[in-house]
Amino acid sequence: MQADILSGGFADPAIQSAHAFRSVMEAMARPGTVHDIHGATPPAPLSPAAGAVLLTLCDTDTPVHLAGDADCDAVRSWLAFHTGAPITGPAQCMFAVGTWEALGPLAAYPVGRSDYPDRSATLIVECTELQAEGATLTGPGIKDTAALSLPEVAAFQANSALFPLGLDFIFASGSRLAALPRTTQVT
Amino acid sequence: MYVAVKGGERAIENAHAWLAEERRGDRDVAELSIAQIREQLSLAVNRVMAEGSLYDPDLAALAIKQARGDLIEAIFLIRAYRTTLPRFGASEPVDTGAMACDRRISATFKDLPGGQVLGPTFDYTHRLLDFKLAAEGETPAAPSRVAEPGDVPHVTEFLNREGLIEEAVHDDTPPPDLTREPLEMPADRALRLQALTRSDEGFALGLAYSTQRGYARNHAFVGELRIGTVPVEMEIPELGFAIDIGEVTLTECETVNQFKGSKTEPPQFTRGYGLVFGQTERKAISMALVDRALRWEELGEDFVGAPAQDAEFVLYHADNIQATGFLEHIKLPHYVDFQSELELVRKLRREAGADQVQEAAE
Amino acid sequence: MTDYNFAYLDEQTKRMIRRAILKGLAIPGYQVPFASREMPMPYGWGTGGVQVSAAVLTPEDTFKVIDQGADDTTNAVSIRSFFERTAQVATTTATAEATVIQTRHRIPEAALTEGQILVYQVPIPEPLRFLEPRESETRKMHELEEYGLMHVKLYEDIARHGHIATSYAYPVKVEARYVMDPSPIPKFDNPKLGHMAAIQLFGAGREQRIYALPPYTQVVSLDFEDHPFEASKADHPCGMCGANDSYLDEVIIDDAGGRMFVCSDTDHCEARQAQGHRGKDAA
Repeated sequence: MQADILSGGFADPAIQSAHAFRSVMEAMARPGTVHDIHGATPPAPLSPAAGAVLLTLCDTDTPVHLAGDADCDAVRSWLAFHTGAPITGPAQCMFAVGTWEALGPLAAYPVGRSDYPDRSATLIVECTELQAEGATLTGPGIKDTAALSLPEVAAFQANSALFPLGLDFIFASGSRLAALPRTTQVT
Repeated sequence: MYVAVKGGERAIENAHAWLAEERRGDRDVAELSIAQIREQLSLAVNRVMAEGSLYDPDLAALAIKQARGDLIEAIFLIRAYRTTLPRFGASEPVDTGAMACDRRISATFKDLPGGQVLGPTFDYTHRLLDFKLAAEGETPAAPSRVAEPGDVPHVTEFLNREGLIEEAVHDDTPPPDLTREPLEMPADRALRLQALTRSDEGFALGLAYSTQRGYARNHAFVGELRIGTVPVEMEIPELGFAIDIGEVTLTECETVNQFKGSKTEPPQFTRGYGLVFGQTERKAISMALVDRALRWEELGEDFVGAPAQDAEFVLYHADNIQATGFLEHIKLPHYVDFQSELELVRKLRREAGADQVQEAAE
Repeated sequence: MTDYNFAYLDEQTKRMIRRAILKGLAIPGYQVPFASREMPMPYGWGTGGVQVSAAVLTPEDTFKVIDQGADDTTNAVSIRSFFERTAQVATTTATAEATVIQTRHRIPEAALTEGQILVYQVPIPEPLRFLEPRESETRKMHELEEYGLMHVKLYEDIARHGHIATSYAYPVKVEARYVMDPSPIPKFDNPKLGHMAAIQLFGAGREQRIYALPPYTQVVSLDFEDHPFEASKADHPCGMCGANDSYLDEVIIDDAGGRMFVCSDTDHCEARQAQGHRGKDAA
């Protein structure tokens, strides 16, 4: 048990987090594109991709909400050991991780303030599959249109209607990820 | 024939070599040691520690040596080093009431418990150049006596007992950290004090002086100025209690300022506060005056438009490392921007017919 | 420099900057506050750009630094050598070979591509700052999308000079929402900001702000119907490579005030000369 907690982090944090961040940044900058992300082996049910995102972006300054099955002793201990991030409810979090069903309802998360729209949560959505097909995406970062296998459409339409407020999403599946910022129009 | 400028790298290397040579100066003169700077230029060391926000006399002395005595450059070296240091935790708040005072004066009472202690001050020196120092003469030891044991009470506490001065409300909220969070307005008093304590001494002095001359005058008396050492304690989670990790020299200034009152509240004096690393009393007094001026809103005073009242103005311009960097960056090439201005001005002049006028004059 | 972490900054600082970059990309043109660190170079000399570059670089990157369009200006040389030492990255002067380009005051002439990141050094990130010095006020203006003051300023220029008298750091509107300062690039470069294939990141160290333009973002230079925005440059070809479409530096070449015009983008100019293009002043 203890050994599981201690392992699964970045072996070479400075270099691996640099690579992982580039994947996350490319994903966020180009909604609908799917990227590989490596270096983390978190305990179940977290995917390696979600684990790598958490290791790359979270620390003692970032409250994290664990939704549904993600909220288990193994994940809590692993996150505490590798990031020191405080675990909170959805209303106070900067990051949340879980399946789409477990993360809802989205109204529980901070969408930013009109003078500080950046003070909003980023949701890491665990997906069974992730493909560049499905819902049609347009907006900043997308040349013409893109496509992404989203769990639903209406929630993202409602979210983008809040712009410049809103949530930003990272979708994780195995060791792959994609992202959907609040600016993306989904149809 | 035009040849594009090349060799920036070599030019920089050569400039650095020349700088090192100039720093050393005449090699027939003995080189300065860090210990000499620390011991004999201690007020410069104190200023560098205070504005560099790092209490380490040896590093400050090294920075002064490296910076050829340019204190802002030395402060910059310390700041840049400081940000690379890991953080192990935060100390307990220091208790200045338990200070071992080298100096302690009050302008508001002739005498008081703990006494007036002049300490090592320039105050009553006649500012006559002492040519004996040029002759490298050793100084005789100063007379000394054993310090009286016990805490030295704060002057403002005596006033507070009578309700004559506003209560300084005890607050255990962790203060914000200017070095870890971006500055955000409005800034509360803890954040303002934090910015002021590492602010440029000259900037703080100028602002404080401006309040004395009527730009948001607040009738400051030095209730107390004390300089001395205080122990620094840190709670160690593994031990479950705080242990002594060292001591620092601090200068603390509490001012007693113009009273306020209303129909419902009897008149009461107000406070300004300054606390700075090292023996840095000009800075501590300045800080207290500026602190008091910035408190206009919470004390129900009018904003009279004075610079020292304007928190945004003060906090965004008090840091000499930010200021000197931005000021000096105009030395960098700006010829692309300038070129775009040149074209615009030429175009506007052409359209205004200025070219023809000039031709006619020729 | 081996005592310092990869790319100089500690990991916690990089995480903080990386979070700000992501929020910046999610809210194009909005200035995200970040706790800028003191860097071993002065504020105003690219500390914001350096921190952003440090947060995005990987050891496999090829890094290019330009100042005024040139790779060999002293501050560009200094920043390039900083990252050679602290991040062991390969460096280049060739725009097409670079994966990360840090710039001060120019956008390269060559169109950037999808694999590239352009990092701008920004002195004053707030486009409204010279109209309203208070941060508390300008933040409110952005919040309320209250940009009338900017239009009034531009219109006053027209009334006085017959033209908008802003020639660099020319304000833009991003995705019809935030007015943004593009950093002090000449307005000649403004049309390249929009719908760029590369990611554009802006770092202002002293002012503690990061902002971003994702690829293919709509960026419009502010103007009026009767006074449309005009990207301008000196009306000459480059004296060295003969280019008619590049931004030019004016160089004084003799005591009589003789002048010549050369590309400000040194890589662009050298590449063209290598292809055999010659201007009238070329040897």
